[in-house]
Amino acid sequence: MGNRVSLFVTCIVDQLFPKVGMDMADVLERLGYQVDFPESQTCCGQPAFNSGYRDEARTVARHFLDTFESSECIVAPSGSCTSMVAHHYAELFQKEPETLARVHSLQKRIWEFSTFLTEVASVDDVGAHLDDVVTFHDSCHGLRELGIKDGPRRLLARVRGLELREMQPAEECCGFGGTFAVKFAELSCAMTRTKIEAIERTGANTVVGVDLSCLMQIQGALSRAGSKVRTMHLAEVLASR
Amino acid sequence: MSRDNILHRIRTAVGRSAGQAVADPPPVRIRIPDVAMEKRIATMFERIEALSGRAHRAATPEDARAFVAAAIEGKSAVASNAPFLAECGIATLPGVRSGILDREELRGLCATLDVGITSADYALADTGSLVMIASPNEARLISLLPPSHIAVVPRDRILTGLDELFSILPNPAEATSSMVLITGPSRTADIEQILVRGVHGPGQFTVVVVG
Amino acid sequence: MSVEFDRKIHNTLADADLQLAIYTATARLKDKRVETTAPDALPEYQELRTQAHAVKKHTIENLDYYLEEFERNVEAHGGKVVYAKDGTEVSDFVLSLAKERGARLIVKSKSMTTEEVDLNERLEHHGLESVETDLGEYIIQLAHERPYHIVAPALHMTRYQVADLFTERLKVPRETVIEKQTAIARKMLRQKFLAADIGISGANFLVAGSGAVVLVENEGNIRLTTSAPKIHIAIAGIEKMIPRAQDLAVFLKLLGRSGTGQLLTVYTSFLSGPRRGAEIDGPDEFYVVLLDNGRTRLLPDRGKRQSLYCIRCGACLNACPVYRKIGGHSFPWVYSGPIGAIITPQFMGVSHEPALPFASSLCGACAEVCPVKIDIPKVLLELRSDVKKAEARDQRGRLEKLAFRAFAWLMTHPRLYEMAGKLAAAVAPPGDGWIKSVPAPMNVGPLRAWLSQRDLPPAPARSFREMWRRR
Repeated sequence: MGNRVSLFVTCIVDQLFPKVGMDMADVLERLGYQVDFPESQTCCGQPAFNSGYRDEARTVARHFLDTFESSECIVAPSGSCTSMVAHHYAELFQKEPETLARVHSLQKRIWEFSTFLTEVASVDDVGAHLDDVVTFHDSCHGLRELGIKDGPRRLLARVRGLELREMQPAEECCGFGGTFAVKFAELSCAMTRTKIEAIERTGANTVVGVDLSCLMQIQGALSRAGSKVRTMHLAEVLASR
Repeated sequence: MSRDNILHRIRTAVGRSAGQAVADPPPVRIRIPDVAMEKRIATMFERIEALSGRAHRAATPEDARAFVAAAIEGKSAVASNAPFLAECGIATLPGVRSGILDREELRGLCATLDVGITSADYALADTGSLVMIASPNEARLISLLPPSHIAVVPRDRILTGLDELFSILPNPAEATSSMVLITGPSRTADIEQILVRGVHGPGQFTVVVVG
Repeated sequence: MSVEFDRKIHNTLADADLQLAIYTATARLKDKRVETTAPDALPEYQELRTQAHAVKKHTIENLDYYLEEFERNVEAHGGKVVYAKDGTEVSDFVLSLAKERGARLIVKSKSMTTEEVDLNERLEHHGLESVETDLGEYIIQLAHERPYHIVAPALHMTRYQVADLFTERLKVPRETVIEKQTAIARKMLRQKFLAADIGISGANFLVAGSGAVVLVENEGNIRLTTSAPKIHIAIAGIEKMIPRAQDLAVFLKLLGRSGTGQLLTVYTSFLSGPRRGAEIDGPDEFYVVLLDNGRTRLLPDRGKRQSLYCIRCGACLNACPVYRKIGGHSFPWVYSGPIGAIITPQFMGVSHEPALPFASSLCGACAEVCPVKIDIPKVLLELRSDVKKAEARDQRGRLEKLAFRAFAWLMTHPRLYEMAGKLAAAVAPPGDGWIKSVPAPMNVGPLRAWLSQRDLPPAPARSFREMWRRR
């Protein structure tokens, strides 16, 4: 594979957490990749798909396909967005063979950030340094649809000064679930509370994850509770020196 | 009528027609491990004890008889008509009723006596289970109604597990109206998840392996 | 969502004791499942799941064939098969048989299928006594409630509630010790078993090649129900079918471990007809009632048909972070948890509770533990699409539809999307800190829902694309 990488930053990074996108680009450039940002990108369409609006999701998906048509390799700082493209786009275009062919091509070219580092760039050590005690939140889509579990941990293990403590129970949903978080707000946050109790039991200062939707949910609840615990995206940790 | 209606709806839904043949199902998955008899017995005993049952090894039929005699001391018992029990002299122990062929009589006894004694057609080592096939030699209720169940089994009936059982008996329906696998004493955790033994079936479960 | 659904969820979340009961009960079952399906305990676990899925798929795709084979074999062994299109036909059959035989007392073992058709209510309405014999089911029958969990029907009740119930309904002295409560039930039910005219069971599996009904349990009440009375009626959904007895080598291994973390339940019964020849005991008559009740409505949809593969183990309930918070009684029908969420809309129509397929974060924990590999999140997503299509047809949900149309339009016009982002950032409260509240006019809809429970991230000074351009 060549050394050109296109960023799909995701709408949540673009609008709310831009530093994560910059940090991800930073890490990739340090590894020798030439990074570009196709400007016409917006969203993967997941919100519409998850809410039952498949026509609208298809509209957004076609725009995504056009935006990244000529990108050799796409990296995204999100398990759920990557999974939307890699797994669910095919479901949307079962009845459109030509688009489906483009989707199949795209599926091979899109990578979640931590997976890109460990499987494509084949690195564990990106030269990061962060003095902190952290715990890692396994985002559900990344974990169960993309098998993201060991990769981030290998990367975190090589961050100088970092101590990683595992949560118990592990692999529990943070409660975000897209529009679930607002349609079932009380229930969503009851789930988050269980997550936060597990976080607090680790004694960690920071929760690290690969999905900002989860981190936003967790941080939002932590902040409301007046907690000093912060959240960081893996890209931010790996960009720390 | 509903039968035809339901079958028709199914056929329409899955795209089949009446009388249409069916492609082969996925091949049966049966994997019989190679386990020596002594190991089978050891595993079986571990499993039974882990379930709070009792397991006893009797070297000979006479030893089995002595063990059962001690176990039922001061109690009333009903035994099945299994030839192996007769071989061991258990059916004729004092205090043991056996040779009963009448359903109502047997039921009355099972409902009032303390111990039910049976043999078993097979045992499954990996789960510590007994395989009880209903027949004139083994009635259903003997291992079910009395609060205590003792099964006396010759060692050569111990199979490695379910896979071996279904390999030997690919269709139990050919042999009997009822095949029951018994794996430990009756239990429930329906109230506050607290374990209680002996709910409807026997709370005391003893297996004697002979040989 | 319906007011009812919302209220039930809220009340369950607000009940701290109930939260603890649900959480610890499911935790125990979940942990035991993990222990007994771990690679060191069951190295072939994933292979068994794949095989079970394949066998179920094949059977469902050829269900008519296997139903007929089953019927032939049941009849060859002296039993009889009755097809029932709905609950009325089930109860009509039981009632007419009871009448013919002069039967008054029925003992019953746990069967979600009979819950589905309210069988007890129908029988009782016609003057029959129908007693649940599984301890948990016995308790909830006395309490006139629905089961709380597929495997643990009385999960939500404390020993004190059971004590109150027994005192009031059975007229026994108050007893709070669980072992003694169990003994009371045992004594009461024993009388019923021995006096009953008919025993009604469900079926965990129907074996086509044998004409047999397979039943698993821990208490012994199923064995008694199916062996003591002179008549045994097994009532099962048509989807319970498997082709061969030998397939049980796979299914039984999965069922015990997935449901309760047991290698096998205490009793596994393989019943193929009335007592035969010189067998001493067992029923004189054996009937299997094959119930449709809407299952044939699920069949045509290839994507959602897998919902019928379910073997009712309950593993998905124990894994589900939503079920573990809202419990079984928040669900609108007898089936709860992830499986309930996918079959309820398919049986009852999506309008029965349109919010139900949305009551999930799509975490996928259910699919991970399902022994027959039903892709529950996929079916939920399809149901969500079905709900929105139904709403469009009924001219409802227009505002939301409009919002998503606008979303799609915005996301296909990058410059407008960028402008919208700038606008949002401009009206957002200033500062770097997470936002605790917004002015009243803005505090509506999703924003309000979010802020009711959590803080919002602050608007950054620049979006990513602005920062990128300035690099």
